Amino acid sequence: MSPRLAAAVERLPEYLAWHVLLSAAALMLGVAISLPLAVAAARNARLRWPVLAAAGLVQTIPSLALLALFFPLLLALSTLSEAVVGRGFSALGFLPSLLALTLYSMLPVLRNGVAGVEGVDSAIREAADGVGMTSRQKLLRVELPLAAPVIMAGVRTAAVWTIGAATLSTPVGQTSLGNYIFAGLQTENWVFVLFGCAASAALALVADQLLGLVETGLRRRRRALVWTGAAGLVLGVALALLPLMGFGRPATYVVGAKNFSEQYILAELMADRLERQGARATLKEDLGSAVAYRALAAGELDVYVDYSGTLWTNVLGRTDNPGRQAVLDQLTAELARRDGVRVLGSLGFENAYAFAMRADRAKALGIGSIDDLARQAPRLTLGSDLEFLSRPEWKAVEAAYGLRFRSATTYQPTFMYRALAGGEADVISAFSSDGRIAADRLVTLTDPRGAIPPYDAVVLVSPKRRDDPALIAALEPLIGKIPVEAMRAANYSVDRDAGKLTPAEAARRLETDLGL
Amino acid sequence: MAGPVIELEAVGKRYGTHAALDGVSLAVAPGEFVALVGGSGSGKTTLLKTINGLVAPDAGQVRVAGEDVATVAPHRLRRRIGYVFQEVGLFPHMSIAENIAVTPSLLGWDKARAAARVEALLDLVDLPRAVAVRAPAELSGGQRQRVGVARALAAEPALMLMDEPFGALDPLTRDALGADYRRLHERLGLTTVMVTHDMAEAVLLADRLVVLAAGWIVADGSPADLLADAADPEVRALLEAPRRQAQRLAERFGV
Repeated sequence: MSPRLAAAVERLPEYLAWHVLLSAAALMLGVAISLPLAVAAARNARLRWPVLAAAGLVQTIPSLALLALFFPLLLALSTLSEAVVGRGFSALGFLPSLLALTLYSMLPVLRNGVAGVEGVDSAIREAADGVGMTSRQKLLRVELPLAAPVIMAGVRTAAVWTIGAATLSTPVGQTSLGNYIFAGLQTENWVFVLFGCAASAALALVADQLLGLVETGLRRRRRALVWTGAAGLVLGVALALLPLMGFGRPATYVVGAKNFSEQYILAELMADRLERQGARATLKEDLGSAVAYRALAAGELDVYVDYSGTLWTNVLGRTDNPGRQAVLDQLTAELARRDGVRVLGSLGFENAYAFAMRADRAKALGIGSIDDLARQAPRLTLGSDLEFLSRPEWKAVEAAYGLRFRSATTYQPTFMYRALAGGEADVISAFSSDGRIAADRLVTLTDPRGAIPPYDAVVLVSPKRRDDPALIAALEPLIGKIPVEAMRAANYSVDRDAGKLTPAEAARRLETDLGL
Repeated sequence: MAGPVIELEAVGKRYGTHAALDGVSLAVAPGEFVALVGGSGSGKTTLLKTINGLVAPDAGQVRVAGEDVATVAPHRLRRRIGYVFQEVGLFPHMSIAENIAVTPSLLGWDKARAAARVEALLDLVDLPRAVAVRAPAELSGGQRQRVGVARALAAEPALMLMDEPFGALDPLTRDALGADYRRLHERLGLTTVMVTHDMAEAVLLADRLVVLAAGWIVADGSPADLLADAADPEVRALLEAPRRQAQRLAERFGV
């Protein structure tokens, strides 16, 4: 077996267990809510339209957005509950995923529930009244049993949707089969992406077939089929959840990571060091940039790496640039004062926006700084990533140097580097710690006017762990010890096309190389 | 003699501007077999359904065994009254035995009593006991309506309401079932009110005909009396129809 496939298989029990737990819980909750609603809507025409319209509306929200929306909502609720009853709850991970998926699973059950109950022959309803059933007895003994196959068909659809959409819970911090897909996309590990897709599709198929057995049993009134399907479902869920008995113990430390290779490597590195101290550590990967800091401040993450410029502009809302050390000092003071977050220190490298050119081309044109670039820019083409041109950093550089390019094109990062190599772009907006800078023999231009804020990689510690001796002992040795060249090499070992390492392998190699 | 089983007093029912029942009064004595006849839209089905509360009248009062039906919970009322209708409405997800025993089970009868009742009823309506475990879909139309009658009789009601019960059956089955039911009516001492649009059936089965037109009772009496002195020409025409038919049939068969 290839090492990447082996790495994927190794994670399967944990990812699958969470995926099954999340999907099954959301589906059960969804059915429990939508079935009574469907019955009410089938009996009351005035209720029918608003209920079905609301469920339909939820369905039009992209599922990723629906998941993302629950995080700030729950965070606000948690803050409120902390203020009122003195106890908050986790706004990250399982809860927002569960709620969003529950909403998502409701439409097919509602629709089929209404159709199934309404579809009962009027002669049969009249007979139920005629033999002396109460409204409730009519529902339980006649309408629901007759609507059951149609309702089950709705549950099947809901199950397939829920299992598919559950892969999207990874960015809000819930482990699922989506971890393969998100991590694989970022590190261009297509084995992971395919493995995640295949696992999720297989799970959906199995659930669909078992629910189909129940549906057929209900339709043909064959109890044996119903029980076989139900037993298969229960057994399957129980088996899948088995690994969680071990993972179920709360982790001592939660290490966060955003959604790119450097973040995965550093998170693995920190988790590894914590575990060597005898502590337990789990990773929450693929967090959105804004989600990560808020989750840390709320104590749902214990530690993660962010970048000083990002915190400076996004968290503190600053637009000035007082210099690298001043930014770091003010950030350390401000985050501690505002949120109780501790900036443990800089790892020793920056991951800043930088203008990069092919070395041969820069030499031929005589460009070494952005000042040099500005003079020749009207004859050059800029290639940038998708967001750079709309970020404040670009506005600052543009204003400071009077940069005017002949044209500018945006690319997905991989293709941006290819465009530079192929000559379609003369200069690109790169990240200074990107491994491809060294691999493609690129030069980064200096910023003599200091227009781009510093992006020191800093270790952030949550308020409740700010003085945790084990955590400080494990991570303090990293401060100032990672030069940008080492980080670039580690990033490249994960990003390159051939002979890729996993982030965990890259982290171990980085540690060994630096003698940490 | 005991008081009437059913009493309707100036009962009215409107659907929008249309008066389905326009102040109908009627009393039915124990043991009577009453046929409600009339054209479509005459109000005969509406009248029948006011008796077991499937239709709530908006004027007047309906009493069953002396009790105002508006004051009784509808499901309690209906458990005491047998109800048979054209579409039968057997529950497709239940066996024949479960269908027949449905009202007893609602009344909380124990299993053994209900099972014995199912066997007795299958015998009564001339169905083999083996059909008890079958599904409704496996039976013929005539057999299904026999089950419908058995289900209506299951909780031993004294009163049976029938809404065109044999209307959807072929003539032979219809004839046999009608005659069989009439014998049951006698044997069990039932009071029966049956809606039909078939005058021959009404005349053959019932002791008393109640003729409705546009929400009114236009004639009420035994078939023979009505034929003798009904003043209304339409009623006479209605009553003479089966006799004319019988005569023509006799001529053609050369009897």
